[in-house]
Amino acid sequence: MSDFHDEVLGKAYDARLMRRLLGYLRPHTRVVAIAISAIVGYSVLQLVQPYLTKIAIDDHIATGAIEGLDRIALAFFIVLIGSFVLEYVQTYTMQIMGQRIMFDLRMEIYRHLQQLDLRFYDRNPVGRLMTRVTTDVDTLNDLFASGVISVFRDVFTLVGIMVVLLVMDWRLALVAFSVLPFIAWVTHWFRRNARDSYRSVRGWIARINAFLQENITGMATVQVFCRERRNYAQFNEINSRHRDAHVDSIFYYATFYPAIELLGAVATALLIWYGGGQVVQGAVELGALVAFLQYSQRFFRPISDLSEKFNIMQSAMASSERIFGLLDTPVAITSVPTREAQQLNGRGHIRFENVWFAYRDDDFVLRDVSFDVAPGERVGVVGATGAGKTTLINLLMRFYDVNRGRITINNVDIRELSLSELRRRFGFVQQDVYLFSGTVRENICLGHDEITDVDVRAAVASVHANRFIDQLPGGLDGEVAERGATLSVGQRQLLSFARALAFAPEVLVLDEATSSVDTDTELLIQEALHVLMADRTTIAIAHRLSTVQDMDKILVFHKGKLRETGNHRELLTQRGLYHKLYQLQYREQEGVQTESPPLSEPQAAGT
Amino acid sequence: MSTAVSKLYPYLFRYRHRFAIGAVFLVLATAINLLAPWVLKLAVDALANRLRGTVVVELGTGLSLGFYAVLLVGIAVAGGVCRFLMRRIIIGASREIERDLRNDFFRHLQRLPLAYFQANRTGDLMSRATNDLAAVRMMAGPAVMYSATTVITFAAALGLMLSISPSLTLYALLPLPVVSVAVKWFGSAIYRHSEKIQEQLSHLSAIVQEVLAGVRVVRAYQREQAEVDRFRIANLEYVSRSQSLIQLQSAFHPSLALFLGLSSLVVLWIGSQHVIGGRMTVGEFVAFNAYVVMLSWPMIAFGWVTNMLQRGMAAWQRMLDVLEVEPSILDPKNVSLDTFPDASAVRGTVEFRDLTFAYNGREVLSHVSASVEPGQVLALVGPTGSGKSTLVDLVPRLFDPPPGTVFVDGVDVREIPLDILRRAIGYVPQEPFLFSETIRNNVAFGASGRSAHGSLAVEKSVALACLDTDIEQFPRGFETAVGERGITLSGGQKQRTALARALLTNPRILILDDALSAVDMHTEEEILAQLRDMMQQCSSIVVAHRLSTVRDADLILVLDDGRVVERGTHHELMAMDGLYAAVHRKQLLEKELDET
Repeated sequence: MSDFHDEVLGKAYDARLMRRLLGYLRPHTRVVAIAISAIVGYSVLQLVQPYLTKIAIDDHIATGAIEGLDRIALAFFIVLIGSFVLEYVQTYTMQIMGQRIMFDLRMEIYRHLQQLDLRFYDRNPVGRLMTRVTTDVDTLNDLFASGVISVFRDVFTLVGIMVVLLVMDWRLALVAFSVLPFIAWVTHWFRRNARDSYRSVRGWIARINAFLQENITGMATVQVFCRERRNYAQFNEINSRHRDAHVDSIFYYATFYPAIELLGAVATALLIWYGGGQVVQGAVELGALVAFLQYSQRFFRPISDLSEKFNIMQSAMASSERIFGLLDTPVAITSVPTREAQQLNGRGHIRFENVWFAYRDDDFVLRDVSFDVAPGERVGVVGATGAGKTTLINLLMRFYDVNRGRITINNVDIRELSLSELRRRFGFVQQDVYLFSGTVRENICLGHDEITDVDVRAAVASVHANRFIDQLPGGLDGEVAERGATLSVGQRQLLSFARALAFAPEVLVLDEATSSVDTDTELLIQEALHVLMADRTTIAIAHRLSTVQDMDKILVFHKGKLRETGNHRELLTQRGLYHKLYQLQYREQEGVQTESPPLSEPQAAGT
Repeated sequence: MSTAVSKLYPYLFRYRHRFAIGAVFLVLATAINLLAPWVLKLAVDALANRLRGTVVVELGTGLSLGFYAVLLVGIAVAGGVCRFLMRRIIIGASREIERDLRNDFFRHLQRLPLAYFQANRTGDLMSRATNDLAAVRMMAGPAVMYSATTVITFAAALGLMLSISPSLTLYALLPLPVVSVAVKWFGSAIYRHSEKIQEQLSHLSAIVQEVLAGVRVVRAYQREQAEVDRFRIANLEYVSRSQSLIQLQSAFHPSLALFLGLSSLVVLWIGSQHVIGGRMTVGEFVAFNAYVVMLSWPMIAFGWVTNMLQRGMAAWQRMLDVLEVEPSILDPKNVSLDTFPDASAVRGTVEFRDLTFAYNGREVLSHVSASVEPGQVLALVGPTGSGKSTLVDLVPRLFDPPPGTVFVDGVDVREIPLDILRRAIGYVPQEPFLFSETIRNNVAFGASGRSAHGSLAVEKSVALACLDTDIEQFPRGFETAVGERGITLSGGQKQRTALARALLTNPRILILDDALSAVDMHTEEEILAQLRDMMQQCSSIVVAHRLSTVRDADLILVLDDGRVVERGTHHELMAMDGLYAAVHRKQLLEKELDET
């Protein structure tokens, strides 16, 4: 797996990438065919216009025959309308096709992101992944919608003009072509330098952005250390270099366009000088010469256009490299079941067998952990921060795969099950309740249509969440504002309980919230928890020991190891780690929540 | 609007000489450009005359055609040079203006208080300094250049065409105003649609952001398919919004070509009749054709430039929204340099006098009084959100305290020049902000201009902060880059770097805002022991979660919800057996547990 860097500017053309990109055209062959026919037709019509001028001059103006002019005007008009239609068709089809490809590509990336494991997310910040789905795809759109096609059009027009000129008069044609080598050279010179200065401009603008970003976020530090003047000087430096880079690129642009026009003028001059002589000698008609002059003007336009496409190609290559890099990231945790679901009988028997796990390298968070949770058993997991409690859940739900050992559910290794077969068995209640934008109901069902209105209402009522939901504007169908900002911590807890209950899971997995809530809500939560845990295998990561006191079994973790096992009373009498934690706990409650003594230990309230 | 424009004038005025010279070349380039078709006309006429046999000097033929050919090339060279200079000078000036504007924008940001940056998103401010500025530059450079070229080309070409044939000019011009209107209409319609697409794009981004951030819930509840479906709907909407833009864009260029083509058609049809009727020469016919093509550019440019100006003005207004925010934390109006000629004159006594401070309409601190002398330590403890950080932020005026509440050496901090006040303070925040530079530069961040003050060497302050052994382990030592492309420092290393940075300034007032929370207890004790000497020299205000940090403080304030609920030395507070004592006992147990 690789990290994706954003500021890589690669080649403008990479055959491997290009082939893969063009593969996306395949489903749209019909559209491509239409667009190409339109381009061919359009280019031909473009060639007709100067020819009509030639006919007008040679057949009518020169001879003074006025009667056929109307037909030429009509033909001209038809050419205009034809060009209009064909150009419209061509642009429209290509752009629509571009959009469809972008749609497919976005779906592909997004779907892939839905499969990648959490290790990948640990390594790649969300912002960077978002860029792949949005900005990078849009950059590619430029390539499909305008880049590829206009390159084709420019080339086709060029070839068309060359053919027409050669057919009309090959000697005049050669005269006109004599400037081509110079044009090629100038274009090459421009392309190389424009690319370099484009890179340099991009580099400096990236520096400006980075500097601004850093200085705006760190403004307090800048101000406190009175660094305003020096940082301003630094900024001025970067800013001036950015200007210089631009001024450099102005030089190339300001030279290129006049140079191309100069060469065009040279071609015109040659045509007049040589062609004029031919006309005088009667070898060439005047109209043909005029047509030649018009053709040669059209001739140079596509050439300068072509070089402009360069930047599009370049950024498209860079973007596609990043996108393909993401798409090629292998899915580490796959959903290929090697066991039939039918074999998975039981009611949530979980076993950890000598499990070792590290998020990074050999930095083990869990060391040789083994335990057994019988069906229907309620198990509490306690330990100080960093003891590895949350990791247990991450492994059980296969957010990550174990390094060594194995985890079984109903005596089947969880890696042999399909991910949905495994995960649908768990009701997961997370520490920080994550709410999605949408209605309360949507946040309970989470996109599962099989959960009926009756289920939702029952779940909500069982955890007493109906009281506050009824008071929300819109009730169950009211929108959750900005990730539940309007809901209190306790209310969000209750909502997540309702969510877990609505899924009627085999195993309840609880990562208890650390944030304190008011006493009334605390009571509600405790009650709701009892409803949730009733008759269900439960693994609860507890921060409040009050939650685990009446659990069937308590696992005490310390520094990645399972240190003590037993129920509340047993563990207290051991006077070990649990005892210390317990003391710590009620002191905390004593210290922070002076007004609310621990609910389950009234005798501890007095000091 | 007009006042907004006038605020741009000084920037333009600064480069008036360049613009003037650029204008000269602009006029020259345009004029020379218009000559070419005229030479073509003369050449074609010469040819045509010769064909009709009006001129029978056989010998002169090659020569006079050669003359026109050379003339054409000469014109192209002269025009090219002028256009090169025009572009270089005018667009170059616009880049200067861009630079000046960005510098001023940045300088202005530097004067704004912390509260402004908390209220405004970084991304938004950055977009004003980059995207909006780009639009303003387009207005100041290219738009000015193109409108001038447009006007001149239009007027001159029109004049030349009229001189050839007034009636044909009239006919040929008929379709052209439509072009201008079309460009303008299309331009604003395209802009409107683009905005809608942009809107949907940010909606799309929001979905991605939400789902990627909540990836655990998505996986746990197998919401993947539902999410893919939701994304598909938004994605489809994006495509369909793009579709209407595509219709517009696809029609835009062909429509222009159609109307411009109509002009050429008119010239071909009616012009030919003119030529046949003898009212016009072939050369004039050819030149006329060329002028019609030339006129099409100003017509396109007119609509284009109008849109560019509109967008530029909107962007300039957005920049002004920031530029016109008055910095609320300023130097005092009447600075008396007698009390504090420079930062070294500050002794360091800090006093809070019945301080009540509200932020965003909420009272964060109420009736806090305390003071600390050089050599003393004032400690602040209390739960999260109790106002400890706010209290220390008021000393360097990161937020402005009400008048008469915070004093340094008996002078209201609002009456002390910001520069002098802040230079006297060594401030270490809980989440230190380091810059993506070398460790040395980060530590020496505040060092400049304090030579009079006597600054410690980088190495020494790094040793004081117990960071020296860490740095030795980095392959590039002090020259190791911090952040993105260098070594990512651990939380504790960052905090110690920030501490070294503050120590280097040899402060009169040292503020440690829970500055060692990520450093392990053992190292913290070591650091505090090393700092003892230094803290003898200055006043220290220490915010701490770990009570062991503040044991030896001369005065400990226990804050809760902005109020001082307990105050005294460690022993006094322990004897009181209140909040402080309770937290203390808890932390002892924690320590014990940690050592198990």
